Amino acid sequence: MSSTSHAAPAALRPPQAVGEAGFLSRWRVPLSIAVLCVLPWVLPSQALAVNVLIYGLFAVGYNLLFGYTGLLSFGHAAFFGGGAYITGMAIAHFGLGWFPAMLVGVAGSSVLAAVIGALSIRTRGIYFCMVTLALSQLVYYTALQASNWTGGENGLRGFTVAKADVLGFTVNLLDPMQKYYFLMVFAALALWFVSRVLNSPFGAAIEAVRENETRARACGYDVERTKLLSFILSGALCGVAGTMSAIHLSIVPLDALHYHTSSIVVMMTMLGGAGSFFGPFVGALVFLLIEDVASLWTSHWQLIVGVVFILFVLFLPKGIWGTLIAWRNRP
Amino acid sequence: MTDRKDGLTFSVSRRTLLAGMGAGIGVLAMPAIVRAQAETVRIGFPTPLTGPFGAEAKDQVRSAELAVKLINDKGGIAGRQVELLVRDDKLNAGEAATRTLELIEKDKVHAVVGALSSAVQLAVNEVTRARNMLYVSISQSDTINEVKDFSRYTFHEALNPHMTTAAVAKATFKKGSKVAFLVADYAYGHEMLRGFKRAAAAIGAEVVGEILHPFGAPDYSTLMPRIRSMKPDILAICNFGRDQANAIKQANDFGLKKQMQIVVPVLLHNQRIAVAPDVFEGVVGGANYYWELENSVPTAKAFNDAFRKMYGGAIPTDYGAYGFTGVTALLLGMQKAGGTDTDKVIAALQELKYDVAKGPQYFRKCDHQAVQSVLVLRSKAKADMKGADDLFEIVANDPGSEDMLRSCAELGFPT
Amino acid sequence: MDLELFLMQLFSGLALGAILVMVALGLTIIFGMLGIVNFAHGALFMVGAYAGLWVASLTGSFWWALLIAPIAVGAFGMLVERVLIRPLYKRTPDDPLLLTFGLGYVLVEAVRITFGTDGIPFSAPESLQGVVDLGIGYFPLYRLFVLGVVAVILVLLWVALEKTRFGLVVRAGARDPLIMRVLGVDVSRLWLLVFGLGVGLTALGGVLAAPMRNVSPEMGTLVLAEAFVVTVIGGMGSLLGAVVAGLLVGVAVSMTALFAPEMATIVMFGLMALILLVRPQGLFGRPGVGA
Repeated sequence: MSSTSHAAPAALRPPQAVGEAGFLSRWRVPLSIAVLCVLPWVLPSQALAVNVLIYGLFAVGYNLLFGYTGLLSFGHAAFFGGGAYITGMAIAHFGLGWFPAMLVGVAGSSVLAAVIGALSIRTRGIYFCMVTLALSQLVYYTALQASNWTGGENGLRGFTVAKADVLGFTVNLLDPMQKYYFLMVFAALALWFVSRVLNSPFGAAIEAVRENETRARACGYDVERTKLLSFILSGALCGVAGTMSAIHLSIVPLDALHYHTSSIVVMMTMLGGAGSFFGPFVGALVFLLIEDVASLWTSHWQLIVGVVFILFVLFLPKGIWGTLIAWRNRP
Repeated sequence: MTDRKDGLTFSVSRRTLLAGMGAGIGVLAMPAIVRAQAETVRIGFPTPLTGPFGAEAKDQVRSAELAVKLINDKGGIAGRQVELLVRDDKLNAGEAATRTLELIEKDKVHAVVGALSSAVQLAVNEVTRARNMLYVSISQSDTINEVKDFSRYTFHEALNPHMTTAAVAKATFKKGSKVAFLVADYAYGHEMLRGFKRAAAAIGAEVVGEILHPFGAPDYSTLMPRIRSMKPDILAICNFGRDQANAIKQANDFGLKKQMQIVVPVLLHNQRIAVAPDVFEGVVGGANYYWELENSVPTAKAFNDAFRKMYGGAIPTDYGAYGFTGVTALLLGMQKAGGTDTDKVIAALQELKYDVAKGPQYFRKCDHQAVQSVLVLRSKAKADMKGADDLFEIVANDPGSEDMLRSCAELGFPT
Repeated sequence: MDLELFLMQLFSGLALGAILVMVALGLTIIFGMLGIVNFAHGALFMVGAYAGLWVASLTGSFWWALLIAPIAVGAFGMLVERVLIRPLYKRTPDDPLLLTFGLGYVLVEAVRITFGTDGIPFSAPESLQGVVDLGIGYFPLYRLFVLGVVAVILVLLWVALEKTRFGLVVRAGARDPLIMRVLGVDVSRLWLLVFGLGVGLTALGGVLAAPMRNVSPEMGTLVLAEAFVVTVIGGMGSLLGAVVAGLLVGVAVSMTALFAPEMATIVMFGLMALILLVRPQGLFGRPGVGA
């Protein structure tokens, strides 16, 4: 591949994988669920805990593409917001129940990911980043214009789910604790799914593509198909996070589709550690905690977030969790 | 400059952090009915401290804190002190919904007041409605009045575009005037356009054209030739904040102001300061409050004086005043209800007649819209300004009346 | 529709296009030479406007602001390159992108802290106010002045890059830094200068835009989007591409304004998406760059 215009002729691939090993890797799903169970008891508020759940999953989905497949997308808001909007519209306009609506939301964001993915994986590097950004902005402006369906700039409203009947039990979603554990089930399922994907041959394929595309191709991997599938899975997971956010907030803000949302998930993933299983969750947790706590005593919380982010890019490119893992795995 | 680091918010943060640790246990243990007698009355106040309306938000907070102080000085609500919990909604509906959930679930507020943007207001409304929580909204929007978004727990203290456009049109349109519109293409822009067009039809003014522009557009130069070719007497610019400032500035650059009168639904004190006086000179627009009201309205004088005393001579601004009238109306309702019982406070607010800063006000029964006076202001030339705060002259002060509002039937309420 | 309006619309489109070119120049130069997508571009544009404002308030002259602010912000850009970007050259191109993204956050917030969240008035100098009758319609004198400045800058850049030794070295350095190093050229100093130049041009765009748009901490957000659109359509790193794309987008927006002005933003992003899909390297980009 050509590196003509680059300052650095070598090392054009993302940072080396910093995956967990041994105990942490084998027990990663039960461990994450255990941690999630405790979250609402230790965080300042349950609403924040639910947000950690949602953005954590969003970052996990994003990480599948960025961390594991090595593709930097700046357009994942389209799938997060898309999932949220489709779920909300399914309830508000078509009167679907919460569960079918969530399914439709995930399916819709997967389709959206398939379309955007198919168009964008033809490009590489910086261009990939730009195509995803441009296409997701198109989704944003479409939602802004289609205000009869989406509520436009006012956001989508009118689909509050107050109760959910699950296997004969009634969950009161207005109660923050019940809502948390209700949504946690979806996050846990998604994490289990991601773990299975990473352990499968497909998981090996995407990491091979990240490490060296040419070699992966030479080894017989269908690089394009692998990238596309990874893109779709990533979009679907972000869609799950989006549908959860719709149920949680009972509104969908137009900002959910804005590229600012895309950039937040990039920051979270970087902060926690791209390419590790727990990293994105750690990143989401730290990011939201900084924002939540800092914005209580200063309106300049963005300064803190920005400085922290810069320091991480400079000195801890593996992120918080990635650095810990690297330290633990050191020979 | 920015000095929101009022001791209040920090002390809140520490306390609430500690409270957060234990909050979960409380929630599971019991529906929190049993509480101490002299418990404070807590009012949640989401407002966009971060972002382009930070100055307005800061004014809202200061006014709201003044309202709380005045009530507390007179003994509070049935002996209970009132506490204001300010939260940054970042002008983002999702953030606002989260903060409102926190305020309700963790901080156990008794009511919420606030929001500056329409989207944020509707988000807070959605969250409070589902949880039977009192909400006094202070953002200008027509949507909140309609039956689809109606909540019996929500009272709408702010003006709406229908009211301001009607007042501005009454003061500027004449029979046979040719009016052109430049409209931001989103709900709020279309609401303003609808209001103006309706007023134009009633007055007999002629609409010569309307041009939509993307929400948040930085450049209007390509629209100017078309506006000029429409040859209007009046150009009504239906957008808000930065869009408004950019549109007026560029219309000015293109020399349009020499040929036509520019009118806007809402003139903002702080936005006018942020742009040179010559840009806004002669522009006419609506407002809920302007400090010079003190020359004609006694309660405005009292409000200004209290504000000046508390904040070293500063004067309250339009959106800031909403913080004062909104919080005060709610607290008066609570006083009348003798506490924070939601149903009793709703009943009290529905009956409440109040005059706290701008003349008589009350909430209409069907949609809980505050019936109140509407000001029409004209932006002064630099030479005519007697001081840094002497920005506008009051062209009209229409006293509040239900005739200014869309009828309950039109909004979809059963009659 | 009468011909006069059509011609006027065409002219406004070209004029808007020239402003877009100005807005995108810094971004495209830094990418073309260093391969860095500068996400702090919008923020630096805004910092340029504020710097201009500050200089103008000190000296009382727009002209000093126009001269000093870009140089000062350019020097700041060099500092950024030395302290923040340089350690990242050996990493992936994603890292400088992410770093400048964080830098954008910091700059916006720093300006908010220093100058307040509200905008600040900034007017064109008296001598450039007013409108000019073009025969087909009226146009602000200041915008014509900006057109002139953009033209001068483009000519200077073209001469500097194509006709001087400095330009030769820069272009060679962009193509193959390794060979340059072997040849004994101090590539690191070259990048420092190019980054400073790019940031300085961005700041100049900010100063020029200040009297047309309102100066506020958020003014860069939209600029970043506009600059991306122009740069991507023209081909990232291509000077000629930026010029052609800027004019193209300006005219497209202006023609859209005739029948559906509210679609202007969609047209911009739609055009960008289309180009990226049909010709990913942009109109004048070299294939493979940035891949």
